[in-house]
Amino acid sequence: MSPPLLYALVGGGIFTLGLYAFIVHAHLLRKILAFNIMGSGVFLILAGLARRAPGGVPDPVPHAMVITGIVVAVAATALALVLMLRLRDASGHAVLPEAKEE
Amino acid sequence: MGKNNRPVPLLEQTGSGASSGSRLLLALLLMTVFVGLALALLSLPESAQGLRGEVTAQMDRSGVGHPVTAVLINFRGYDTLLEMAVLLLALIGVRSLAPVSHRPLPAPGAVLDRLTRLYAPLMLLVAGYLLWRGADATGGAFQAGAVLGAAGVLLLLTGWRLPSSLRGWPLRLAITLGVAVFSGVAALMTWSNGELLHYPVEHAGALILLVESAAALSIGITLAALYLGGHPGEEE
Repeated sequence: MSPPLLYALVGGGIFTLGLYAFIVHAHLLRKILAFNIMGSGVFLILAGLARRAPGGVPDPVPHAMVITGIVVAVAATALALVLMLRLRDASGHAVLPEAKEE
Repeated sequence: MGKNNRPVPLLEQTGSGASSGSRLLLALLLMTVFVGLALALLSLPESAQGLRGEVTAQMDRSGVGHPVTAVLINFRGYDTLLEMAVLLLALIGVRSLAPVSHRPLPAPGAVLDRLTRLYAPLMLLVAGYLLWRGADATGGAFQAGAVLGAAGVLLLLTGWRLPSSLRGWPLRLAITLGVAVFSGVAALMTWSNGELLHYPVEHAGALILLVESAAALSIGITLAALYLGGHPGEEE
């Protein structure tokens, strides 16, 4: 197995682990963290697969996507955290209403 | 704020709402998701050029020497312009939603205080270097912006705040500069040669440097402002 493929497979594993945590945890902070881990898995897949080009020089297009993606993910996480804090201020809990009823 | 006077710990224990049986079922289902994903990845050809050939063929028309920078600001500039807009929108969202925290920050420890004094100017230097270096090597606006943002977060952690004279329009100008310059260049290109973000070869290098400098400044300040959360002008 070539190293790029190994990176991509590990990225797929990280994505799946993040998805599990995203579904299982009711607390929104944990959901946001899990969502970020899913994103990291996707970035690893993209960066890994870009390395499949012969000669060791990677395909620059996925790399450009990952660079902008990381910054946008940070910004989106900040927005999600603020929404979570507002929900906690309003309801006293940082979980979604349907999760609280159970 | 303060509708709720009862302090709520941020990570209060909440039941996950899932029994161990359903967790096992979920794990099995996700295993099939992973196997499907792995099969899809394994079915890809072992070696693929992707778009590297096309990018390399056009490099001498891009105005820069590094393929990632060329893709970011030139070949897929429209993408990057919209991503800058996403950043700006996220900051607008955060600043309209977040209450300014009145919790007093713990006094910074001696290590944080001293190291920040040492690192903040150094990080500015590194950000400038990365920005300049992006033309021909790994680096560029996003990397420089990330370092700049990290320097801002470190300064905010030590209790430093932007002087109130700079919190009004100078801050807003710095935050919107990236999108403004980028769309200005795009509009200029549309006007001069009829195509959005189609840089003429002889001016491409200068235009990319202009867009990247504005973008790096905006990204850095946006990231630091996102960390701060609420509107810094209302702090007093």
